[in-house]
Amino acid sequence: MPLPYSETVMEHFRHPRNVGRIEDADAKSIEGSPACGDMVAVYLKVDPEDLRLTDVKFESYGCASNIATGSIITELAKGKTLEEAKAITWKQASEALGGLPPIKTHCSVLAVDGLRAAIQNYEERHGLVKERVPTTVEVVRKRLKHVMNPLVGLDLVRTKVVKDIEVSDGTVRVVLDLPSDHQFAANIREEIMEKIEPLWDVDKVVVEFTE
Amino acid sequence: MTMFGEFVYLDNAAATRLDERVLEVMKPYLFETYAVATSQFGYSPGIEARDALDAARATIARALGAAPEEFIFTSGSTESSNMALKGVALALGEKKGRHIITSKIEDFAVLHSARALEKQGFQVTYLDVDEHGRLDLDQLREAITAQTILVSVQAANQEIGTLQDVAAIGAICRERGVLFHTDATHSFLRVPLDVREVPVDLVTVAAHLIHGPKGVGGLYVRQGTPLVKWMDGGFQEFNLRAGSENIPGAVGFARAVELVTPEETARLQEMRDRLIERLLRIPHSRLNGHPVLRLPHNANVSFRFVEGESILLHLDMRGFAVSTGSACFSRSLEASHVILGIGGNHERAHGSVRFTFGRFNQPEDVDAVADAIADVIEKLRAISPLGKE
Repeated sequence: MPLPYSETVMEHFRHPRNVGRIEDADAKSIEGSPACGDMVAVYLKVDPEDLRLTDVKFESYGCASNIATGSIITELAKGKTLEEAKAITWKQASEALGGLPPIKTHCSVLAVDGLRAAIQNYEERHGLVKERVPTTVEVVRKRLKHVMNPLVGLDLVRTKVVKDIEVSDGTVRVVLDLPSDHQFAANIREEIMEKIEPLWDVDKVVVEFTE
Repeated sequence: MTMFGEFVYLDNAAATRLDERVLEVMKPYLFETYAVATSQFGYSPGIEARDALDAARATIARALGAAPEEFIFTSGSTESSNMALKGVALALGEKKGRHIITSKIEDFAVLHSARALEKQGFQVTYLDVDEHGRLDLDQLREAITAQTILVSVQAANQEIGTLQDVAAIGAICRERGVLFHTDATHSFLRVPLDVREVPVDLVTVAAHLIHGPKGVGGLYVRQGTPLVKWMDGGFQEFNLRAGSENIPGAVGFARAVELVTPEETARLQEMRDRLIERLLRIPHSRLNGHPVLRLPHNANVSFRFVEGESILLHLDMRGFAVSTGSACFSRSLEASHVILGIGGNHERAHGSVRFTFGRFNQPEDVDAVADAIADVIEKLRAISPLGKE
């Protein structure tokens, strides 16, 4: 059957590993939303002695690459320490799956973000978090490196789509070198909002396009 | 019988299988009479080609209640709609006004032609539709101004199948002296449209959704409609559409028109009704589009808590082809503008699945796909974080 996905992706899509909830989870996270089309919930059991993940489970509302990445990420994370699991990248997950189509980066990054958010949730609950850093232009730029240009599968910063970033009084303004009627304009805008809005000291995000 | 052996194809609003009888009449114009259509003073094969083109034109025009010279062959419905909107804009933009009215749920050929015209200084009003996708006629009446040159509203929707009251829309336009174009790509021959009864000036149609060849369509242009040639070249098609005529395509299109019957349409409708009834038995499902005023071969249902691309892929593995309005499936990664246009949220768009029937579907396909999708939905809901307590 001619499909855009690798055999491994299809195998994980058909038979996802570690699916479901952990009722007495030590930490959990929900990334994405029904509105954005993909959503992942990650549940953790952590050994408090050596901070090792004894169990990882996930649930997915999303497309095939979202389900497959959720599945592989739980396999990769299980048995690792929090620090090790935090270091798992989208690239590693993608490689373990035999590659993912560039246009599907968003849906799969979500699962990696979900794992990290769940670990952060554990750290916050157990007083393991370092001090919160204020949002600066550099912090925004770093986050935008996780927003993909779906056409090429590379991030917005690297493909020089981000023209300008301003941060003042809780308002973040991102100017893109992209026309507002670009094929992916609405999608990219949504992705940027999703990445910047959750920052603790940000009240408002403005995305501007150039004509 | 389906094109893919055991595969059950239920995406007939995207493309249909060519009917063998269509291919048979096309063949001579590919291998024997392959000359371009010439004037009456040309060589014999060219004259024969021209005669075949004229006969095909007459057949299709008759199906619309039109005169042969009112039917222009194009490369398909996208070109036809571009030609209608841009052709009228070029003809009347300077003379009469620069305002165009359309609906929010049009297919991209109309919607994006309108947007392109906006960039050139035209003003476009995108009318709302109700929860079923029907246009508010009062809103249309209010939107028409002295500057309005064209109203373009589809006869039937590409995704949710809702039919518009083209006769009423046409009457309003006629009364106000505004041209009316309708994109009838999805309703052509399945829902009657006779230009002698409906006051419409331009109609987009295509062959590929009625088991004809891809790459051929047409535009009905009522006699006297101001339309400027949009693509430059030779003097073909009454000097309205340049380019060597697609004779095999035109001949195939005409044969495809002849082969559609009301009995067949009734058969498709029975399958559609049975499928809708089965799908709505699945918990947390809802019909998209109008319950009655809809295309006879279109069923569109949203399933909550699950995403369309996953449904589509699972169905593909089980041997069924369907379509979805999910953002993940779209080329622009945007949720269906039609589902959003009828007031649905993103989740409803992501979980929407379109099933469209054609000539080669059999009644047993209905239960087969209904069983398969019930199983797929259950499986995907089991792994979804949504919809639990």
